[in-house]
Formats: sequence, structure tokens, C-alpha cells
Amino acid sequence: MKIIATDRAGAEHIVEGRDGWTLMELLRDAGLPIAAECGGACACATCHVYVEESWLDRLPPRSDAETDMLDMALAVEPNSRLSCQITAKPELDGIRVAIAPE
Amino acid sequence: MSDPIETDVAIIGAGPIGLFAVFELGLLDLKAHLVDILDRPGGQLTELYPEKPIYDIPGLPIVTGQELADRLMDQIKPFGATFHLSQMASALTKLPDGRWKLTTDAETDIIAPVIVIAAGGGSFVPKRPPIAGIEAYEGNSVHYAVRKMESFRGKNILIAGGGDSALDWTINLAPVASKLTLVHHRDGFRAALHSVNQMRELAAHGKINFEIASVKALHGEGGRLSSVTLSGADKKEWQHLCDMFIPFFGLTMKLGPIANFGLNLHENLVPVDTAKFESSTPGIFAIGDINSYPGKLKLILSGFHEAALMAQQAFHICKPNEKLRFQYTTSSSNLQKKLGVA
Repeated sequence: MKIIATDRAGAEHIVEGRDGWTLMELLRDAGLPIAAECGGACACATCHVYVEESWLDRLPPRSDAETDMLDMALAVEPNSRLSCQITAKPELDGIRVAIAPE
Repeated sequence: MSDPIETDVAIIGAGPIGLFAVFELGLLDLKAHLVDILDRPGGQLTELYPEKPIYDIPGLPIVTGQELADRLMDQIKPFGATFHLSQMASALTKLPDGRWKLTTDAETDIIAPVIVIAAGGGSFVPKRPPIAGIEAYEGNSVHYAVRKMESFRGKNILIAGGGDSALDWTINLAPVASKLTLVHHRDGFRAALHSVNQMRELAAHGKINFEIASVKALHGEGGRLSSVTLSGADKKEWQHLCDMFIPFFGLTMKLGPIANFGLNLHENLVPVDTAKFESSTPGIFAIGDINSYPGKLKLILSGFHEAALMAQQAFHICKPNEKLRFQYTTSSSNLQKKLGVA
């Protein structure tokens, strides 16, 4: 399973996925600059990513907590998600995300 | 400027680890002053996840962030630490007598032989929207907080955000502003229901405008804003006239002035030894999320351990001629007296 992540400078990184891990954990452990200040508690909005449109409907919808928390994120777009709320699984192999601005 | 405060230990950060450090230092008769940029103790516990349960505090199967902060405050009460809240530790200088002087942005000077950096992920500072050139307007036309309402009188104000701060200030500044517009990216809010209702009421009566949009660009000259470009849900853009912009997107953590303290830093963390949790600068310690050492885990319980070991070395620095008597709170009447239970 692979995740293709674009960093803030536009460079692409191929991150090895692990079933059951969150996208935030995978991006963070790959050394990508994702702050994830609250450690995955859906409490800070610093793991904000843009999910490539074609993948959006393959993800579970935002929870109310995630929607609320995105209010504290900057530059929110319709394809904004908090990566701590997305769990990697084989069906998401090849998913493309871009790390949102700080 | 007031007279400098002299104490044993100055702690930067009043999060869980800074608070527990007060306890460990107190058992050794060391007095502490704490500095924190937030307006209340607790750090990330109270700022980021006051309602979220924590399950890995030894002996507390479940505790929320706020409860843990409250319990720590209760536990350290006997030691009478002094809190300097809503202040940022801004400078650290070494004095000729070997002690340190910690200065805050409110011009508090704390002189102590030991400095403990328990600053977690750094200072909580307002999130700055990623709009090109916004820095040029900060202080003039762009503000991240409202300190004096009067400075907004008669202004055409734009507020961005969907949380309590955005709504509260929309409501409070509405009577002061010549015109006030709230922009948020959706027609839903993460705020107290009565504030949302009050805002909608104001909008319905034409006292404010509410736009579902986000701010894409700022326009003006010499730090003075004249208009912004707004973009709606359908990506349609338009110009909006305004002379004040107040974005409210909560807080984020930045290392801040600690970076200029002359410490040896590695990726914004302070490397320490694991016997004393002292940095490479004698007398300056780092405990909790802000330090790094082989095997470091960013856990609250690790920070508690680090605080206990730090206190031992702090004692030797503060009281070089005294012998440290290692005692247990269970059996030592001396410690129990300090705790106010004997």
C-alpha cells in the first residue's frame, strides 16, 4: 500500500502505508512536516491535508468533530481532511494527498 | 519595570510537566516561578484537549486534560509557586554571579540559578493565515486579538473564522465598527449556540454581514489594508472593501524566543542527558516534549520522571553546601509537613 504525498514545496513523496494506521501517523513517521500537535485527538487541525478529488468519495465522510475542527484550519477547501481521521487500508492504495499550508 | 524576582528555579511553561516540576522541586525546598504565554495553567492539556480522555497516566485509568491540570494544580498547592501568565519568556541572560535572568515580554525579570524549560511544543501563538504578504499588515490592519476595542471604532472590519473567538468578537465589535463582515468557509460554526444565534440575529437585522467565503488576498499600501479578495464556495472571487482584518483560527505552537537563548538545539528540541535532564548549558534543564535524548517518548509520564531527576540536580546547583536527603512522601514526616498533611 502506498500513499503519494505532496509536501508544501510541491515535491512528491511515496510513503509506505500500513493497514490500520492513520494517514497522519504515516506522514509523520515518514518525516514529512506535519505538526499533528494534539497527537491525533482531532483537537488541533495541524494535520490538515488536501485529498485529490478522485479519492474523496472513497473515504468515510467527515465526522462532526472533524468538520468542527477544520474551522480552526487555515485555507480550508472542499477536499480538506484531517489526516489523523483517515485510516489506511488496502482500498486506499495509491491515494494522493497534499499537505496544507502551515 | 518592577524589581527583579529572585527565586530558586524559573520554569518556562506551565503545562503538566512544568506543574509537576513544582512538586518535585518543592519536596526539596526549592521555590519556583512559572512563566506561560497562555492565560491559565495546563498547557496543551487545557488548550488543546480539555475534554479529551487520557488513559495512560499511571494510577488514573481515565482523566480528561482539564481534570489532570486541575489535579496537578491541587497537588502543587502546598508549594506556593508563582505564576506569570499571559507572558512569553523572551530573553535569557547569564549574570556575573553565575545565575540566570529570565525576562518576559511583560518585562518581568526572574533571577534564578536554575532555568527549567518545560515548554512542550513551544509557545501557543495565533495561527497566521497563509495569505501572501500578510506580515506587512500585521499590527496596523491585521490583528490576531482585540486588546482595545476603541482602536476598532469606526473601522470597516473583516473577521474570519468559525469558532468562539470569531463569533464573540463579531458580536462585541458590531456596535463599534462602521461596518463589520464575518467570513467563514461554511454555514456552520464550532461555537456556543447562543453566540451563533446572536450573530445570525445581527445579520438578519443588517447590523453585520455574513459571507460564506475565504480570504484569498490582501490589498493595500504601506501596511494599511484597503480591500481583500474573497472566494466563495463556487470559487467565484470578488473584492471586499475593509480596513481591518482579524483572523481567528486558534493557536498553534512555535518555538519562539527560546531559539535565541543560545542553547544547543536539534530540530527545535533541546538535547539533554538522561541522568539530570540538563542541556549542554549548565543550569539550564529541559523536560517534557521540548527535550530530546535517545529513546525519548513524548508522553506525560516520561516528563514526570524527567522532572524528578531534574529536581535532584537543581538542588545541588541551588544549595551547593547542603546534603540532599532522599526521602519518601509515605514515610517522611518532614516531607509530609511540606505537603501540609502532617
